[in-house]
Amino acid sequence: MLEVGLSHYLVLAGLLFTIGVFGIFLNRKNVIIILMSIELMLLSVNINFVAFSSFLHDMTGQVFAMFILTVAAAEAAIGLAILVVFFRNRGSIAVEDISELKG
Amino acid sequence: MSSLSLAYLMPALPEIFMALSGLGLLVVGVFLGNGGTRTISWSVAVSFAVAALLLLGLDWDRIETFNGMFVLDRFTGFMKLFVLVGLITSVMISVRFLYQVQIARFEYPVLMLFAGLGMMIMISANNMLVLYMGLELQSLALYVLAAFRRDQNRAAEAGIKYFILGALASGMLLFGTSMIYGYTGSIDFDVIGQTLANNPVADTGLIVGLVFVLVSMAFKVSAVPFHMWTPDVYEGAPTSVTAFFAIVPKLAAMAILVRVLYGPFMSISADWQQIIWFMAAASLIVSSFAGLAQKNIKRLMAYSSIGNMGYALIGVAAGTQVGVGAVVLYMIIYMIMTAGVFSVILMMRRNGIGAEDIEDLSGLSTNSPLLAAALAILLFSMAGIPPMAGFFGKLLIFNAAVSAGMFNLAVLGVLASVVAAFYYLRIIKVMYFDEAVDPFDQQIAFSKRAVLLLSVLFITLFILKPDALIATSMSAAAALFTG
Repeated sequence: MLEVGLSHYLVLAGLLFTIGVFGIFLNRKNVIIILMSIELMLLSVNINFVAFSSFLHDMTGQVFAMFILTVAAAEAAIGLAILVVFFRNRGSIAVEDISELKG
Repeated sequence: MSSLSLAYLMPALPEIFMALSGLGLLVVGVFLGNGGTRTISWSVAVSFAVAALLLLGLDWDRIETFNGMFVLDRFTGFMKLFVLVGLITSVMISVRFLYQVQIARFEYPVLMLFAGLGMMIMISANNMLVLYMGLELQSLALYVLAAFRRDQNRAAEAGIKYFILGALASGMLLFGTSMIYGYTGSIDFDVIGQTLANNPVADTGLIVGLVFVLVSMAFKVSAVPFHMWTPDVYEGAPTSVTAFFAIVPKLAAMAILVRVLYGPFMSISADWQQIIWFMAAASLIVSSFAGLAQKNIKRLMAYSSIGNMGYALIGVAAGTQVGVGAVVLYMIIYMIMTAGVFSVILMMRRNGIGAEDIEDLSGLSTNSPLLAAALAILLFSMAGIPPMAGFFGKLLIFNAAVSAGMFNLAVLGVLASVVAAFYYLRIIKVMYFDEAVDPFDQQIAFSKRAVLLLSVLFITLFILKPDALIATSMSAAAALFTG
């Protein structure tokens, strides 16, 4: 029977974080997917923190995770608000339409 | 120290005052409506000034409070003082502009206040959690400011780009922090530092954590290769916001970068010096060549700021007390020069419409000779030509690099400044030798004139008494090495 240890949690968090980062850069369709990828990154970090917290028998990691959850909510709210502003001007939220500024 | 005694709160008095005045001004703003934007703006400027006075009234010998989460020492005190100066300047030069482009809403100055509060907390952080909270308070306010001109597509696009890359950077910071926490068992700067000092060979996981934290800080100071948001955000955001972005957050981000590297991670300096070395070199090369092709002056200033961060990073890479002192001085001079240049850019309005191209400055010397002379002095200083203050900043940085044995970085810095001098001097050539176009609007707010005048005076008169500021910067840097 396989014992689930710290390294399993770390690998899972690392994989989720990587998927989040790739979601931001490889996604060509929709800004909402980018927001979801950002959320995925932050949540994978939470897994890291809670796993370390349990492993070290130290509460700090769990407190940190609570703070991250709160800030992530604020960040999502602001991200969506900016996205609404963009949609009103451009009439689209496709990633390829975010292209007026370049050089 | 009892947790409720006043002495416990004292070191954070400026921050507490700013937080309370931010909440108060928000309420006042709701009652006054958008017509009260001018009142709120000047109240915010006064709040910054009061916070600066409170900061000056405190004792700057190293003191920790909030269970060691918050620290005030000579370095943090000095940097916070100049962040407050930059904040006052940014408010002063933006009030009239808000009315000119019809974005005079009372939230604008309050958001600047909260962004400033975030920077102050970030600089004083002595714990990864406080660092994260300060950074987020700053960033969340800045995202909104970038998209503040919400009827304009370019501003919304700047907001989106800044938000996505900023959120990516804070994700990186968190991932790095979680690794550091896991491998040292603490998020406290002092404990991390002690753990690292006791284990000379750092674990791979810890280095991974350090690299992630460094990457996120590089995003915030816009060092190459994490600079790609800077030109777009600088160009798309309203000009007063661009001025704010260029003047203050860079100073705060550089301060916390130095505090993290020279505090908890000092004992593994050999590991991070290579990374900073690479980022400094890349910033210098990319900014000096990319700047040559720019037509929009805001975009040019973005590349200029990337280049200036490259010079500051040379001082960080040196890993010595002289290096940190040079970084402090360089950042302060950079802030004052940038404030002057942006007050000129904010004056570039023709028939009520903002002009943003370098070509718009054609023949400025015939239309408004004083303005042209002031801008020329600032640009000479940016290019590092003696006897302006900008020259001394670069001199100290190169001096620190040479005394740390980083000759190739110093040589690269000199070469990059030669290339960069081309695009600064090109603006002067356009102003003085090109055919004059229509003059700019003559009505210029008094506060903008005042900022420009003070900035030019500082730049030109610095040579008369350079020792005072240099000695203060060096003693601020010394605070990081005594602990």
